[in-house]
Amino acid sequence: MESRRGSVWVIAEQIDCRILSVSLQLIGHARKLADELETSVEVILLGDKIEGQTQQLFAAGADRVYLGNAPHLSFYQPEIYTEIIVKLAKERQPEIILIGSTSMGRELAPLVAARLETGLTAHSIDLLLDENKILEQRVPAYGGLLSIICPKRRPQMATIARGVFPIPELDEKRTGEIVLLDVPGEIPRRIQTLEIIREEPEGVPLESTPIVVAGGAGASDLAGWRIIAALAEALNAALGSTRPAVDEGWAGLETMIGQSGKMVSPELYIGVGLSGELQHMVGIVRAQVMVAINNDPKSPVFEQVDYGIVDDCREFIPLFIEKIKEYQGKQVTC
Amino acid sequence: MLRIVVCVKAVPDPKEASKIRIDPVTRTLARCDVPLVINPLDKNAMEAALQLKEQLGARITVLSMGPPPAGNIVRECLALGADEGILLCDQAFGGADAYATAYTLAKGIEKIGSYDLVFCGMASSDSGTEWVGPEIATFLEMPVVTRVKEIVECDGEWWKVKASLEDGYRLVQVKLPALFTVTRGLNTPRTLSFSGIVKARDREIIQWGIDELGVAEESMGLKGSPTIVSKMTNRESKRKVEIIAGTREEKAERLIQKLADAGVI
Ligand SMILES: Cc1cc2nc3c(=O)[nH]c(=O)nc-3n(C[C@H](O)[C@H](O)[C@H](O)COP(=O)(O)OP(=O)(O)OC[C@H]3O[C@@H](n4cnc5c(N)ncnc54)[C@H](O)[C@@H]3O)c2cc1C
Ligand SMILES: Nc1ncnc2c1ncn2[C@@H]1O[C@H](COP(=O)(O)O)[C@@H](O)[C@H]1O
Repeated sequence: MESRRGSVWVIAEQIDCRILSVSLQLIGHARKLADELETSVEVILLGDKIEGQTQQLFAAGADRVYLGNAPHLSFYQPEIYTEIIVKLAKERQPEIILIGSTSMGRELAPLVAARLETGLTAHSIDLLLDENKILEQRVPAYGGLLSIICPKRRPQMATIARGVFPIPELDEKRTGEIVLLDVPGEIPRRIQTLEIIREEPEGVPLESTPIVVAGGAGASDLAGWRIIAALAEALNAALGSTRPAVDEGWAGLETMIGQSGKMVSPELYIGVGLSGELQHMVGIVRAQVMVAINNDPKSPVFEQVDYGIVDDCREFIPLFIEKIKEYQGKQVTC
Repeated sequence: MLRIVVCVKAVPDPKEASKIRIDPVTRTLARCDVPLVINPLDKNAMEAALQLKEQLGARITVLSMGPPPAGNIVRECLALGADEGILLCDQAFGGADAYATAYTLAKGIEKIGSYDLVFCGMASSDSGTEWVGPEIATFLEMPVVTRVKEIVECDGEWWKVKASLEDGYRLVQVKLPALFTVTRGLNTPRTLSFSGIVKARDREIIQWGIDELGVAEESMGLKGSPTIVSKMTNRESKRKVEIIAGTREEKAERLIQKLADAGVI
């Protein structure tokens, strides 16, 4: 007889006792994987005074929540978080562990994976089970998708960005089991997070704005970049970027869209002076209408959008902005 | 005096890396001879080490795992002011994933022996996992702070650093020896001076392979990698483009009309 498979785990993350949306998204997807594997979804939640948050996790699809509740767990502490998760994983032998690709997740995941001597994948844009029920992790690279698997070692681990999977429908009637973890005391450690300082991000938030204008290397210089920024402003849009724009210093890292940046799903996306590299394009998930402005008619970006303008963006955009203002003026008057 | 190890990776020049493509027919990588350069964030790691050397006095060892041409970037770091350069180079190291890479680098650092600080870039430009730093730290059983954006206190055994978050930062206190992965915001890397290049030209680069590290072949490279690539596929787009034609003015007007009709502006 085949032995029962370990569960699918999600390491949930909370900030000030609020569960992050990426954690719910991962639980939703873990549910699908677990159903296919005929196993359960288990969530690890660490924090302080967070009992009240567990219902959401069940509603999203969890069967069991391992709860570590203590004042010294209120925010991410690398050593103790790692220790708790590694110990539990050694006992429970999960089949899969999913972690949100946040600044905490990106540090915690490799700490756990290395201790468990197993593989870990970043940047997946899809997770499915192959014919051998092995987790197939699809990662964009070299203009295509690589399927990465961890065939021999367990658990199979991946970090996933917010927005890759949708938030599942919450079923408030679902319940599950809460297992309280024995939390190690506040013994002296070699590393300690003393404080978390939150700063208000500048500019229009990328993830929640209906229009996103993204600029790329085709801006050519800072003056060109400012023209693209002016287009964003005229449309009341958030300004996004590709990696070269960040590398050149025109845009901040927090504006980068794509595999190692943010995932956005706007109603309208306008990509300016960018080539449509998959690592950028995977960040524009489920956009309704997509436009590209590029001076090279053969640019691959034109294979991935609804409308294309072949032109030098620095020449075209100032005129485009003028016309947008005319249009907006008419909208107000009638 | 501090002992610092800086891990630097040779990566395909990010400006030309998009030339590397999956060949749709053979499903292998067409490399097009893209030159290898030092991973951009590793320049920030190198700069952090150099500034500490100027401030507190330090001996800097540069460590890279890669094919023989990666020796050039190690030499570049010597020209910048590193005291010693080591290239971990062996056929057996090829095809390593982040885990096996970190394991090999950790073995190299162990052989170097004494170290107070290890610097890595936050991410490499070609694989960009951010795993290698934290995994090295795990193998060496030392604490790690990722995404360091400022070193606030650097005297004594306990240091204080700021680590970037999505919306702010963490203030972290950490005991040496420790590993830091650094962000672009930490500093502005200096550029190579001509005299540095001349002086580094004939400096020796130490090469260690499997025998020098005293490691088992099964734990290195492809064999020691828990993850493997099982398939490569091309992605097809679901959208069909309409190129908007006309004079510049007509194009602008027509595009606005389309967007208005779609109800998105
Ligand atoms: C591991 C990894 C992760 C990555 N993650 C990301 C990510 O998250 N996000 C991201 O964006 N990238 C990411 N990249 C980088 C990605 O592979 C591409 O290099 C990048 O997206 C290309 O940016 P670009 O389109 O702006 O530049 P290019 O590819 O250089 O394209 C510039 C385009 O501008 C056009 N152009 C030039 N001049 C003009 C003009 N005057 N007017 C109009 N058009 C003009 C050109 O025709 C060209 O098509 C990643 C790469 C790796 C290896
Ligand atoms: N082959 C390598 N040789 C030396 N350092 C490496 C190597 N691969 C990764 N690193 C280090 O690990 C960091 C993060 O890499 P990655 O995990 O690939 O994003 C890099 O910035 C380097 O400092």
